Amino acid sequence: MASGKEIKGKIGSIQNTQKITSAMEMMAASKIKKAQDRMASGRPYAQNMLKVIGHIANGNLEYRHPYMEEREVKRVGYIVVSTDRGLCGGLNSNLFKKVAKDVEKQRAEGVEVAFAAIGSKAVGFFSRFGGSVLAAESGLGDKPSVNDVVGVVRTMLNAYDNGELDRIYLVFNHFVSTMAQEPVINQLLPLPKSENENVQHRWDYIYEPDPKELLETLMVRYIESQVYQGVVENAASEQAARMVAMKAATDNAGNLIDELQLVYNKARQAAITQEISEIVGGAAAV
Amino acid sequence: MATVHLSVVSAEEAIFTGDVEAIQVTGSEGELGIHPGHAPLLTAIRPGMVRLVQDGKEDFIYIAGGTLEIQPHAVTVLADTAIRAADLDEQGAEEARRNAEEQIANPSGDFDHKAAALQLEEALAQLKLIQQLRK
Repeated sequence: MASGKEIKGKIGSIQNTQKITSAMEMMAASKIKKAQDRMASGRPYAQNMLKVIGHIANGNLEYRHPYMEEREVKRVGYIVVSTDRGLCGGLNSNLFKKVAKDVEKQRAEGVEVAFAAIGSKAVGFFSRFGGSVLAAESGLGDKPSVNDVVGVVRTMLNAYDNGELDRIYLVFNHFVSTMAQEPVINQLLPLPKSENENVQHRWDYIYEPDPKELLETLMVRYIESQVYQGVVENAASEQAARMVAMKAATDNAGNLIDELQLVYNKARQAAITQEISEIVGGAAAV
Repeated sequence: MATVHLSVVSAEEAIFTGDVEAIQVTGSEGELGIHPGHAPLLTAIRPGMVRLVQDGKEDFIYIAGGTLEIQPHAVTVLADTAIRAADLDEQGAEEARRNAEEQIANPSGDFDHKAAALQLEEALAQLKLIQQLRK
């Protein structure tokens, strides 16, 4: 049996770890609210934009944008959003597993894949994973801004425009609730057809300067806002997952400490008992 | 008095929503004054301010460009979060590509004239707004 001092040392080190995990838990809990707010505040932009794009698409416009046209799929691109830091449970590994599974399916159909990584965990993973990494961005911090994703989006859109990619997916952790986050793969390009195709508009906008240019800008902004939403949602998921993981770690540390305390007490009592029996034995011998 | 519903939204936040009597904004082709019942219009807008009249009082919102959508009863400003230009976007793309190649963030320390000119334009537009507000 380990000596009392050794056990005491173990308890101390676990207590230190527990302090750290409970501090991380509380920090994550306080950050969730802000991350959720950020998630909610970006929604109207994307909704309004989708409305306008829908208007143009359904309006009396003969111009079809390449982002709306389906074409034969030879090579697909994934924009994968991950966290910058670890210690958030299985959040990133679940996400990567989902991507790897999807990639396998694509490859079985003879489709090539390419990646764009956002967040240092994704950058690290996809540099080992194989397949070409077209763009990478990391160090977004707790307050990601649209500017952080512009470069990545532009790289992928250029590849799409040049015909190097025929389809682009966005992969991130969907924030279901504080307790549940779910990795999702959403198709970004070509734009998935809206369900209300039957909505017909008899009127059209006055365009300044001309519809093609405006639509071009709107499409790019829309894609950017979608990716940004993904990043923000992933950030909220990260905080929630970290809170849960750290809470579990703190609880486990508590259990370990209790168990060790019991072992320590037993060891102490055994030592006392032994001492007494030694004294008694000694006295009897005299 | 007749009003039109205005919402100014960016990808990061909802900046303004409410019923207003008039809006004035600089479009890519010139100044626009918008009153209720305007014909449907879609245009790009320049960095600068949106002047709006709400309950007889005027108010200013600074925006860094974007897109303006007008329908007879609703006006939507889809604002950009920062001054944007095609070449700056390209620069971002180039950087992302380089990141992917090097696997480390490595922003160039070179002085970039175009970026600086755009920052200046943004700063000037903000200054103009401040001056207008002081009057």
